[in-house]
Amino acid sequence: MAAHAPTGRPNQLFRNLNAKIASIPMMLVALVIFLGGTIWTVFYSFTNSRLLPRLNFVGLDQYERLWASSRWIISIQNLAIYGILSLIFSLVIGFMLAALMDQKIRFENTFRTIFLYPFALSFIVTGLVWQWMLNPEFGVQSVIRSLGWTSFAFDPLYNPDIVIYGILIAALWQGTGLVMCLMLAGLRGIDEDIWKAARVDGIPMWKTYLLIIIPMMRPVFITTLVIIASGIVKVYDLVVAQTSGGPGNASEVPAKYVYDYMFQAQNLGQGFAASTMMLLTVAIIVVPWAYLEFGGRKRG
Amino acid sequence: MNIRAMAAALAATVTLPLGAAFATDLEVTHWWTSGGEAAAVGELAKAFNATGNKWVDGAIAGSGSTARPIMISRITGGDPMGATQFNHGRQAEELVQEGLMRDLTAVAEKGKWKDVIKPASLLDSCTIDGKIYCAPINIHSWQWLWLSNEAFKKAGVDVPKNWNDLVAAAPALKKAGIQPLALGGQAWQANGLFDTLTISLGGKELYEKVYVKKDAEAAGGPDMAKIFAAAAQARDMAKGSNVQDWNQATNMVLTGKAGGQIMGDWAQGEFQIAGKKAGTDYTCLPGLGLNEYLTTGGDAFYFPLLKDEEKSKAQDILAAAIVDPKTQVAFNLKKGSLPIRSDVDLAAANDCMKKGLEILGKGNIIKSVDQLVSADTQKQKEDLMSEFFANASITPEAAQKRFADLIGSAD
Repeated sequence: MAAHAPTGRPNQLFRNLNAKIASIPMMLVALVIFLGGTIWTVFYSFTNSRLLPRLNFVGLDQYERLWASSRWIISIQNLAIYGILSLIFSLVIGFMLAALMDQKIRFENTFRTIFLYPFALSFIVTGLVWQWMLNPEFGVQSVIRSLGWTSFAFDPLYNPDIVIYGILIAALWQGTGLVMCLMLAGLRGIDEDIWKAARVDGIPMWKTYLLIIIPMMRPVFITTLVIIASGIVKVYDLVVAQTSGGPGNASEVPAKYVYDYMFQAQNLGQGFAASTMMLLTVAIIVVPWAYLEFGGRKRG
Repeated sequence: MNIRAMAAALAATVTLPLGAAFATDLEVTHWWTSGGEAAAVGELAKAFNATGNKWVDGAIAGSGSTARPIMISRITGGDPMGATQFNHGRQAEELVQEGLMRDLTAVAEKGKWKDVIKPASLLDSCTIDGKIYCAPINIHSWQWLWLSNEAFKKAGVDVPKNWNDLVAAAPALKKAGIQPLALGGQAWQANGLFDTLTISLGGKELYEKVYVKKDAEAAGGPDMAKIFAAAAQARDMAKGSNVQDWNQATNMVLTGKAGGQIMGDWAQGEFQIAGKKAGTDYTCLPGLGLNEYLTTGGDAFYFPLLKDEEKSKAQDILAAAIVDPKTQVAFNLKKGSLPIRSDVDLAAANDCMKKGLEILGKGNIIKSVDQLVSADTQKQKEDLMSEFFANASITPEAAQKRFADLIGSAD
């Protein structure tokens, strides 16, 4: 039931009218809730709002306090370590698993299910499970000690220096299955003839993967990257379940800082300032990249 | 006598509406979920149900820092409960200022709260612009050292008489494979421990300089440096207690796995439920055995403003029931806290509670940090203390410098 303009050039506004009407609710949500909420938050981050939002402007005070706070600095460092490592490892491990799975092995379905299964668990459950696994008195350490290696020590969650890696382990366990599946789908999308041609030319398998297959899988990699990256920035529940930020402040992350200051410290202004900084960080990384990625293609 | 007349008057306020009232459900939110706490809440619910209304329990697990955001969001978000717990102090200050809380002045006048509630600072914390907005239920003090007699017997040393003795006994305890000091990983526990050291080791004057006057110079001065040195000692003694919740840490003392714990008098309830006896199984030292001052923090109930008239009436009844002498006795015995009025008979109280009552009677009381500084300042302090206690590489001097900055900008 397309409503065409009766004569002359078709009116751009009324083209695909159904689709446009259907997308109005989503556009409203995006504009009012996402954009509106964001602007509101940034606006109030310049006030000294406490428990309730108040319009009492204090300039950049909240930001000065934020960057002077050692907890915030630790949070940012943790996010950087966690983010970079989880990006690299989940892509590498995910791709390796997918490549192995693609060798026409037996019981592929079973393996796929096993690897993807952790993804069905929420971060809270994952965090609790790994909290027990990494607990020195019940988990991995005690199992290995009971096997005879009595000096074995592995208690990342109780050591401030390496606690973030304990969280990383849990995140990778949960997330790589999904990356594997996405990669596998990408690999299956590669034409069989390419493999045949490579074999005829006598190119070794690793070289085929590295120089032919991976460049062809670029769209899959981009999708995966976006999914992993958004998971990294918002990491919160995993930390709460596993360590609740401890020991001390050693595993704090920015999202937790925002929550704690908004609700526990009853200081909305400070929480808003922190969340604005999170948004800014994401924007600094994403905007130039998106410009190159999508803006460039249109012209080219 | 006077007490009896008062009790009768109070009972009348409780029972009078009974004839007319038909059971009104009132949801009450709180964060009392450990064994001793739950038993105490049961007493409160019983007292309220006896008035012909119905207590709908809204317990939120995971300590106050988890529960408070939920409660506040419900009140500000337009889904208020019938009544809710907060700590004495400034946690609900802004909610009252915004007019979201019910004014209890009429109930308070009827029950003569101004005369019966001791110390008066409790009611002051409930009073904003001359109106009363909360019903205090108990007094909790932080300044207690709980010791396991069994652990010291095993280590072959006498049970300490004060904090310094415990520090001296620490090597012997460690040798016997016992954790000298149990400390849970949650930030508020390290923070409370530090405040306790400030009062008990530094004395009232220092405490008031730092938290009442918010004097940054005193906070960075030599007296406070001693407290930070003691905190560093406590940090060494607590190293290796891999527990999170306070009651897990108390349990280490209870089972003799740890020598002692600095924790508020709510730990008492855990010993009570485990059937342990003060003096023979465990020892309690108020003021860490040094400066016997107690802070009068604790809990109070606030009543959000509701549109439903029946519920509003039930709120008044609950407020009166909370301050009622009978409820006070039943509740506080189970909870291990002290009653908010001095005219009740606590013959059934155990030795530790009696020690507390005695100190209270002497008037050796100070306002708690919760009553003195904002939630924001408390949170910043918690961040500092939890970092300090978890990370041995932070020197006491460095921590003190940050503490002084924090006090300088505190409100």
